[in-house]
Amino acid sequence: MPKVTVDGIEVEVESGSTVLQACEAAGKEIPRFCYHERLSIAGNCRMCLVEMEKSPKPVASCAMPVMDGQVIKTNTPMVKKAREGVMEFLLINHPLDCPICDQGGECDLQDQAFNYGGGRSRYELNKRSVDQKYMGPLIKTHMNRCIHCTRCVRFSEEVAGVSEIGAINRGENMEITTFLENTIESEMSGNVIDLCPVGALTSKPYSYEARPWELNKVETIDVMDAVGSNIRMDSKGWEVKRVLPSINDEINEEWISDKTRYACDGLLNNRIDTPFIKKDGEFKEASWKEALNFINQNLENKKTFGGLVGQLVDLETSYAFKKLFKNVFNSELVDFRQKDILFDTSNTFNFKFNTTISKIDEADFILLVGANPRLEATIISSRIRKAVKSGCKVFSIGDPGDQHYKFKVIGNNISILDDLLFSNISESKLLKEAKNPVIIIGESVLKSEISKNVISSVQTLLKDINKLDGFNILHQSASNAGSLILGLQTENLQKVYDADVLYLLNADEVNIDKKNNQFIIYQGSHGGENSRIADVILPSAAYSEKNGSFVNLEGRVQRSYKASYPPGFAKEDFEIFNDIAKNKGSNHNYVSFDSLREEMINEHKLLGIYDEIQPSDIENLKIEKHIKKDHLIEINNIDYYQTNIVARSSKTMDECKSVKQQPRKTGTEN
Amino acid sequence: MSGKHVAKNQPSSFAFTDENKKKIEEVLKKYPENKRKSAVMPLLYIAQRQNNNWIPLAAIQLISDMLGVTYIKVYEVATFYTMYNLAPVGKYFVQVCTTTPCMIRGSGKVVEVCKKHISEKQGHLNKELDSSWIEVECLGACVNAPMVQINDDYFEDLNAEKAEAIIKGFKEGKLPNIGSQSGRKGSEPIQNRTTLLKKNA
Repeated sequence: MPKVTVDGIEVEVESGSTVLQACEAAGKEIPRFCYHERLSIAGNCRMCLVEMEKSPKPVASCAMPVMDGQVIKTNTPMVKKAREGVMEFLLINHPLDCPICDQGGECDLQDQAFNYGGGRSRYELNKRSVDQKYMGPLIKTHMNRCIHCTRCVRFSEEVAGVSEIGAINRGENMEITTFLENTIESEMSGNVIDLCPVGALTSKPYSYEARPWELNKVETIDVMDAVGSNIRMDSKGWEVKRVLPSINDEINEEWISDKTRYACDGLLNNRIDTPFIKKDGEFKEASWKEALNFINQNLENKKTFGGLVGQLVDLETSYAFKKLFKNVFNSELVDFRQKDILFDTSNTFNFKFNTTISKIDEADFILLVGANPRLEATIISSRIRKAVKSGCKVFSIGDPGDQHYKFKVIGNNISILDDLLFSNISESKLLKEAKNPVIIIGESVLKSEISKNVISSVQTLLKDINKLDGFNILHQSASNAGSLILGLQTENLQKVYDADVLYLLNADEVNIDKKNNQFIIYQGSHGGENSRIADVILPSAAYSEKNGSFVNLEGRVQRSYKASYPPGFAKEDFEIFNDIAKNKGSNHNYVSFDSLREEMINEHKLLGIYDEIQPSDIENLKIEKHIKKDHLIEINNIDYYQTNIVARSSKTMDECKSVKQQPRKTGTEN
Repeated sequence: MSGKHVAKNQPSSFAFTDENKKKIEEVLKKYPENKRKSAVMPLLYIAQRQNNNWIPLAAIQLISDMLGVTYIKVYEVATFYTMYNLAPVGKYFVQVCTTTPCMIRGSGKVVEVCKKHISEKQGHLNKELDSSWIEVECLGACVNAPMVQINDDYFEDLNAEKAEAIIKGFKEGKLPNIGSQSGRKGSEPIQNRTTLLKKNA
């Protein structure tokens, strides 16, 4: 490994790294705009100039490979002068509109101009002006501010896989744009806002909303899909203003999907802030006491009780919900499935994403079985893209549509799995030779009639080549894996729906066929279709307004934190359960959230180990005998921007949806 | 260069002629299968030749589809290089060199003539829609500065009168002989030869 001296400090860095990385290893901060750890090297901003011995000119450290014995200096007059010069050139055409710029306060250019700039401008001519570009409903552009670092161009090509942003014209006339100013066709497009080191690309929904120093920042996790991306929620008062990614190399690196980033305005709209009682077919506002008494009256003479847990419900709430049913209603009918789907809970291995997200990068053979990663779990799709770039082959059973990487559809019948097993088709050879095969099963093929068959076929297939680790289930909602661990999958789902009393815990994705005499309680944060058919509505805190924990699809338990507080009379879910129990004369009660969590962890030890993946008990895994079966795969259509109740309440998501439905500009209009 | 712009009125479709399709086949043969996108420049050139010396957006889309790259990639190339025209140019397309040697020798006057006799704004067709002009960077004929390029030919050693005569001439459909307009041959010295005068030196 080469040894480099940086400002007299000797550091040893891996061969192939750059001088900039060596400087960082030595603890020296190098200013930069175009360089980004996760993108290719462009070397066009020149801000990272350092002095290198035996070189007559300063060198761009981000693009200079390290060599043994290099002597680098980062604090000489030459470096200072070079930085001042580069900064002066960058600022020549940069408008002085920091006071009205959304990036102000968290702007790389602002900070670096302050730290490394000359302090005043000598330029007296007109600045160039560039027209605003349209980049869809999510990204606001101020192209005057652009310094042409091309991070956004490289991101869209390398990470998002949609080469739609580019630099047109040349020299002074260079402009960043999309072809004919079309919307970017990617579910990751919002990340260019974080990448932009200036205020050229900013968030459209967040524009002029707040200043970064006014915001209350909470590191938490995302529940829009089952990936469990690490995020930071910024709130001002009650309102969650924006969501930003926080770095977790095991999960989301530093990207998040557009839904994660922009659905947060759904937390402000459509909220239930007071209890409602339905009288003569009309909802009337009520106090908590009235609502609880109303529930009590209606629970008399009811025999069966069913509970349905929604997509965004945390572990603690689900656990308390189950206990409420057991201790107070004396019922075991609590489920979380809002569609026809069946998981195998005999072993945690059977419903986890066992490859783990970070290991997808190393895969050399990926088979999607009825899965559409782009829309079901965007972050996983970006990982697959990464694998594809290093030579991985992707095949799919069932056609999921464009995934932004090349893949081959090898049929749309689950019998293809048998063909693979018995080497009837050419792909089975590839599978057998693969070092790290990954098979991803989507929820579309876990329908109760074929679920068992698909799981056993895939496991037999992988067992055959001794690569059982490649067995993956791609969950779609944040509460799935946790609910399965808590044992919320009942034997007969219909019994839950048909119960005399149906208690919906933020469950709004299923169409309930309400029976006569059925009493429906809807407890949730947002009003939706199912709150309309309910007899009583109880307001509760949304996921961002309470502490909790979620299990992501890998089986990783992560804690989410309170970033805001519930509106109006809304309460945390477990407090509502306490009230219902008390009103019914039961002594079922959780004193505090912590005691609830403690009890849950006592019962389910694994749920107390955070941020780690617990290995499944593969040795005792029983693979069911494999039966040949013919069944056509239909991949469920996913309305990406409307998958859960928060997203459905979000104006931004609604706008995204309507933009997607408009035909794209073709360039041949007028 | 600031004269470059993308035409507002675009044809709704573009297709290569059979003859050009054959040419494209020949061009593509020069590149390995996985490096076909490198053929973007010759293809743009063929499109420009076919379409009266300018490239419509429909052609850019057609070429991206042919090469399997995204539209923006071809668009970037087409907007970067000054010799690709993205808006209609005249039948007589005058490119006036205004780089230093030509500027010192009086290209400013040639520009004035173009403004007066072709169109006020560069990159825009004149009223008769038969000619347009733009300023360009060095065309490599500095010895005979100032000069203009009209379509594929160079006209050198100009001054205001000579430039005016050329423009008036092509409006009537005639162009003078290509090369120097001062009567000298090629780039020989303007006051006749000064070296290599003796035969047996």
